[in-house]
Amino acid sequence: MGFEDWIAEPLNWVFAVVALATVFSGFRVVTSPNVVHAALFLVAALAGTAAVFLLLAAEFLAWVLVLVYIGAVIVLFLFGIMITRAPTGRDDSKLDHQRRLPAFLVSLALFVLLMWGLISQWGDTTIDRITAGTPTTVLGEGLLGRFVFPFEVVGFVLLAALVGGITIARRDLSPAEEKERESK
Amino acid sequence: MILNQFLILAAILFVMGVYGLLVRRNAVMVLLSVELMLAAVNINLVAMEAFWQTTEALGQILAVFIITVAAAEVGIGLAIILLIFRNRRSANVDELDLMRW
Repeated sequence: MGFEDWIAEPLNWVFAVVALATVFSGFRVVTSPNVVHAALFLVAALAGTAAVFLLLAAEFLAWVLVLVYIGAVIVLFLFGIMITRAPTGRDDSKLDHQRRLPAFLVSLALFVLLMWGLISQWGDTTIDRITAGTPTTVLGEGLLGRFVFPFEVVGFVLLAALVGGITIARRDLSPAEEKERESK
Repeated sequence: MILNQFLILAAILFVMGVYGLLVRRNAVMVLLSVELMLAAVNINLVAMEAFWQTTEALGQILAVFIITVAAAEVGIGLAIILLIFRNRRSANVDELDLMRW
């Protein structure tokens, strides 16, 4: 399948635009000198991911991603940034290590390895034309049928993690403060 | 649509996440990079699901689990960073050398 055939399909135009936007946002997440900008570019990257899910007929997952990530996780991140008072200025050196070249080389090597594996394995295998979306019924039956035990376990993990997070982040009163509170 | 266009997009996102993980000093930014990598893995799973078309949508169910675990990871990760910041007045990973030999 040549490039002309690929670009002739209208869905692929949509994919190209979404992919470019996602890659650009992801690039800014890891390079932006401003932490708040990086978190907001992560929103854009995740929105692009959700759009890719829509292209792949995974509507339910796309909206889960929007709700859970863009709605909740990013808010947590912004709180974390504000509370830890991360340097929000433009001073590049405080946010990144000085040794960028080794990190770049490691990621480049991983990229070459992944590309080699993907291209040699899949070549230009096509995805069969996606006619309809994945019904949410299928996901629900899977989650509450065959996968009900992992589903409950992962729910418990989430609960335990959040309770643990609250316990860890709670500020313990000093003995003097505790005594003061008791005397009131 | 060919399968590789999605897998290569996921590979690019994952590699950028690895770069951010290695290069960022601030622990919150490290967690942001981890989120990028998890999103890349989810794209992989959903693309493979669209390719194999399993009757139970196994790839998407696995992606649901990844999203849940990622949310738990962010919650507890930020709590730990908060505690470290409170005790050490810094959230930079290279200044956390308390257990360094």
